Amino acid sequence: MNSEICFDEMHAPDGSVRPAYAGYQEWLSQQDERWMHSKSFEAETFFRKTGITFNVYGEDDAEERLIPFDMVPRIITGREWRRLSRGIEQRVRALNAFMHDLYHRQEIIRAGRLPERLFRNNDAWLPQMVGFTPPGGVYTHIVGIDLVRTGPDDFMVLEDNARTPSGVSYMLENRETMMAMFPELFSHVSVRSVSDYPARLAASLAACAPHGAGPKPSIAVLTPGIYNSAYFEHAFLADQMGAELVEGSDLRVVDGKVQMRTTGGYQPVDVIYRRVDDEFLDPLTFNPDSVLGVPGIMDVYRAGNVTIANAPGTGVADDKAIYSFMPEIVEFYTGEKPLLPNVETWRCADPDALKYVLDNLAELVVKEVHGSGGYGMLIGPTSSKKEIAAFRHKLEAKPENYIAQPTLSLSTCPILTRKGLAPRHVDLRPFVLCSPSGVDITPGGLTRVAIKKGSLVVNSSQGGGTKDSWVLDD
Amino acid sequence: MANRTHILGRTANATFWMYRYLERAENTARLLAAGQRMALTRGAEMASQEWASVLTTLGLKDSYLTQYDEYTGSHVCDFVLRSKNNPESVLSMMERARLNARMCRSAITAEVWESVNEGWMSLRELLSKQVRSANLHEVLMAIRRESAVVRGATHGSMLRNEIYSFARAGTFLERADNTARILDVKYYLLLPSLSYVGTPLDAGQWDNVLRSLSAERAYRWLNAGRSDIRSIADFLILDDRFPRSLIFCYHAMRENLFHLAQFHGREGKVHETMREADVKLSEITVEAIFEQGLHEFLLGFIADNNKLASAIAEDYRFIA
Repeated sequence: MNSEICFDEMHAPDGSVRPAYAGYQEWLSQQDERWMHSKSFEAETFFRKTGITFNVYGEDDAEERLIPFDMVPRIITGREWRRLSRGIEQRVRALNAFMHDLYHRQEIIRAGRLPERLFRNNDAWLPQMVGFTPPGGVYTHIVGIDLVRTGPDDFMVLEDNARTPSGVSYMLENRETMMAMFPELFSHVSVRSVSDYPARLAASLAACAPHGAGPKPSIAVLTPGIYNSAYFEHAFLADQMGAELVEGSDLRVVDGKVQMRTTGGYQPVDVIYRRVDDEFLDPLTFNPDSVLGVPGIMDVYRAGNVTIANAPGTGVADDKAIYSFMPEIVEFYTGEKPLLPNVETWRCADPDALKYVLDNLAELVVKEVHGSGGYGMLIGPTSSKKEIAAFRHKLEAKPENYIAQPTLSLSTCPILTRKGLAPRHVDLRPFVLCSPSGVDITPGGLTRVAIKKGSLVVNSSQGGGTKDSWVLDD
Repeated sequence: MANRTHILGRTANATFWMYRYLERAENTARLLAAGQRMALTRGAEMASQEWASVLTTLGLKDSYLTQYDEYTGSHVCDFVLRSKNNPESVLSMMERARLNARMCRSAITAEVWESVNEGWMSLRELLSKQVRSANLHEVLMAIRRESAVVRGATHGSMLRNEIYSFARAGTFLERADNTARILDVKYYLLLPSLSYVGTPLDAGQWDNVLRSLSAERAYRWLNAGRSDIRSIADFLILDDRFPRSLIFCYHAMRENLFHLAQFHGREGKVHETMREADVKLSEITVEAIFEQGLHEFLLGFIADNNKLASAIAEDYRFIA
């Protein structure tokens, strides 16, 4: 992929600076380059001190790693953001309506707009949710919509993270770090604040509390524990919300309610923001070997006595085969054309599509339908003949397990390298909160950046970094 | 005042232990510093004896002897500070303090968390290789300093609620235990026979007892010219002005347990145990202690201290 031909967030093809970056460029041109580089070290120290580290799955040594942070912000104008917000809100509303429909009347299937097999064969589909409506009617309380850009007006949705989107602590800590390092920059450029996200999250979760909860519902963040790769984020959010950080072993079903073991005895929890997968939530209902969950919690849930966010079974919407139907889904539930397009997607279950994909493997990106984190995928243009041949076998053996997309020329944004600014590919994950009081989108999100030149993989588990993401208050 | 719900039992446990480990690391550093001083000012035989006593105090003698067959300063310090073969090393105490801090992360302030995390990072760096004797002083100072920084952050940023009480209870419970152990071992070492009681002893040796508890200046300021075991024991056990004395630790424990009872609206088993221990300590005199035998007294004290620790864990549901 030649990065020269990509849309760059900061620079126009003629080398001039785009309007979004005018204020930043003005500031940057006054900074000493060596001083800027010394700031990179400062940023790293800052992150180490706060402990915003993660553990990589499958790596033995207990060493905690930092996700690389780049100091050049990704800047979005107020106008761009207003457009994106409308598209995101439309999509999230559709997602919730879709979930409700899937677990109730399944109108979309009756209408012939979605093949039934798509969710019937899906591990994330939970028969236990059929006919049940979660408190407040909300399924996806917290959503992360992964957006990519290919041109001035071309934003597309690459993925909907409706299960348990992570990374919001980076959105918050990246901003804190930038403000600590470059305070004068923020008086120079007016940037919309993200710091009230935890308060908004707490309010949004409280608004989804079950009927029996009092005026001040008790909220807990359920974590798999300190060895989980995202533990920092779990603790961070609990701390910032003023919520309890609980593990499965702290919870128990007592008198038909989920209760936590406190120093003063068992006390009820009304809303559980779980960062534990469905499968581990309740050993009585799902994986019997799970020690991360709470025996009997699903019964309490179905009796309407606790809110679980996100609702069990929402993982269906994370599925890449379902993703390919999102334009139809948006239209079906909102009656409107989607404001944010999907990336063109070939479903390999379909013989014609499969033929096309097999003929064009070297140009396409092929993904597992249930995969995530950038694992188990093929990026045709950067793969060797041998890798492509090996992938072809897997694809032919189980075509319904894959979808394919064109290799996108993701937009680039400069990062600071030893040799000055250099463009790297980025995406953007805005965080969206849903409650009966509405859809709330924090202005900004997490920008992930492929640190390696030319690389299109932005996942942190694969060496991607992050940037502060600004929405201008213009 | 809005009374929010109680913290998790598991969180209380992690807070309690985080402060215990920090206190233990700090006291271990004091003990090593005193040992080093003693070894430098005495002959080789005395030095070896001194290092052996450091290991005895820490309960590490047996595991040390599986690795080494003689007591030298560099081996003992390496073993106590950082050896991978010693699960009770200062480095692993700091690791456990941090692990517990991570576990109670949402109960402590960001300031406290960051001070623990930074302390761990800097000590891990300092202890990444064998400490040269020229650097020992610096390293031991750093251990005490990191612990002091956490204490300062705790004092200056934490709400005075039950979390704070668990933190302080952990600190003083551990400190009382450490003071009792240090006094016990030193006393044994210095007094091969009871007939020594009351006789003026080698000033350097007494100085060492006091130094192990950072008490030498305070003691001399209060007891100019006196250095016999009775007045030193009196000071380390019963002087409520000295912040590492047993009675000081127990007054602080009593106060924090009182806050817990107030917060919870009831007392538990730990309060009963505390009252008994408190009465014992308040009513006893140094004469009575020596009549009973200092060693027996201290053993009894350490056992009671452990009872307090189990009672607090049970009363406040530290473990499911």
